[in-house]
Amino acid sequence: MHLTADEQSILDGDVSDAAATAMRILVRIGDILGAKRFVEVSSAHIDGCLYHGDGGVEFAELLVAGGGRVAVPTTLNVGALDLLHPELIREEPHRASMARRQMEAYQSMGCKPTWTCAPYQAGHRPGVGEQVAWGESNAVAFVNSVLGARTNRYGDYLDACCALTGRAPLTGLHLEENRFATIVVDAEGLSDSLKSNDAFYPVFGTWLGRVVESDVAAIVGLPATTTEDQLKAVSAAAASTGAVGLFHVVGVTPDAPDLETALGGKDPKRIIRLQISDILNTREGLSTCSASEIDAVAVGSPHFSVSEFDELDRLIAGKKLSIPFYVCTGRGIAEQLEQRRLLSKLRDSGVTIVVDTCVVVTPILPGSNGVLMTNSGKFAHYAPSNTGYEVVYGTLEDCVLSALTGKLQRDESIWR
Amino acid sequence: MQGRVLVPGEAAATSLKLSAPISFWGGIDPRTARVADPRHPEHDLSISGRVLVVPETVGSSSSSAILLELLRLDIAPAAIVLGHSDAILVLGVLVGEELGYATIPVVELNRSDIADLPDGAEVSVGLEGTVSWSNQPA
Repeated sequence: MHLTADEQSILDGDVSDAAATAMRILVRIGDILGAKRFVEVSSAHIDGCLYHGDGGVEFAELLVAGGGRVAVPTTLNVGALDLLHPELIREEPHRASMARRQMEAYQSMGCKPTWTCAPYQAGHRPGVGEQVAWGESNAVAFVNSVLGARTNRYGDYLDACCALTGRAPLTGLHLEENRFATIVVDAEGLSDSLKSNDAFYPVFGTWLGRVVESDVAAIVGLPATTTEDQLKAVSAAAASTGAVGLFHVVGVTPDAPDLETALGGKDPKRIIRLQISDILNTREGLSTCSASEIDAVAVGSPHFSVSEFDELDRLIAGKKLSIPFYVCTGRGIAEQLEQRRLLSKLRDSGVTIVVDTCVVVTPILPGSNGVLMTNSGKFAHYAPSNTGYEVVYGTLEDCVLSALTGKLQRDESIWR
Repeated sequence: MQGRVLVPGEAAATSLKLSAPISFWGGIDPRTARVADPRHPEHDLSISGRVLVVPETVGSSSSSAILLELLRLDIAPAAIVLGHSDAILVLGVLVGEELGYATIPVVELNRSDIADLPDGAEVSVGLEGTVSWSNQPA
């Protein structure tokens, strides 16, 4: 890789030992990826603050000891603790204390303690064409696709390396020529009523990730009214089942005013006509059991937005839930809702609000097995391996109705 | 076979070839090195000490963190052979090197070569990125 004088000086340790470590890793990764030079980034989002074991703490504290400071505005993804409600986490003492050290290390390097996987709904919204370095698979897909900013899929700790140096290897999705769609997905054949339902989008995203893997797809036939929360659900699910870093929704997302633009004027290598059977099969695959009784509900992956909370409030309507019902969100969103007294109202109904973390990254769910219901494609994908729970997928309304009695209820009529 | 060296090193061990894409986070238990995803065809098999053949990686950006943890606990694969260069996994090895953990070779093979590489064979990965095997199962 070619380094500018400034970059060479970072590598030589003139800024700090930590920045030199970060630059050394970036140069090696850049060479592996075939990058010729770096691009300056204007912001970063770090996923590396989540505890998976002591190695992540060792690395974070190595950077802190080396004088690490972020060079650009940087938000933090979830950690393994709910710092505002620590009693919710059933983690063993060593792991809980290491998880806290890891979170504190990143905060001490100048990162903003946002602790959310939806930083784009916590005020961190880069503009179209802006070069950034983001981690967390859903956040990467969202910032590329829905906001039109440019980042690669940065793994844990490379996100921090980019933040400390303000640089990313200029390759992949940072470059315009790699951002054009090579696959067209035609959703025209599906009913408008299904496509207007929030529950369609996590299922669609799950299917999309599996089919396109790491390719960029242009999707036609989704309504112009597709909401940001629906696109958030597609981002999260597609980045769980695939290596999706970018997709375009023609007529909706900024790089795709029309199909030709999304394709960069080239012919696609594949055109896939989405069938209702694809959606029904994918929906079935999101559930791992056909239990009639459920033990808990979890929603909020990615973290719940204000409008999702409003919808939840409308559906619960002050009634009492009979099983644990977890809503995961960012502390910034929780604060806004607290001011409107919505959280206390939901808590009175039996809802548990989880901030700074979520139920699939740290032990929150009761016991080590049971049946979890969710409206999140990402929770449905990761909960079986990360929590030991079986999963049933449903709409938010299905989740609320089921939580009133503990008996599974699903409205099948929307799936046509 | 000639692969591209992503992280240099030598290793010889029995191959474990994943028959479906994997996300290390959510897919591998960092405390046991076993495939944790009950939907994955290789569910419950251990990747520790094997030449892990991964035609396709998907999913989480925390996969680097899981590989780092396997390296720290000395239960990582002996080598990783990838179907395409995956910066997220490679990163786990590079960060491990910075922390002084033992390193493992990572090699990228083209898609047709990786398709030919068998499961359960004795596979050697060479310093220059060569991948060879014997005892191919019948």
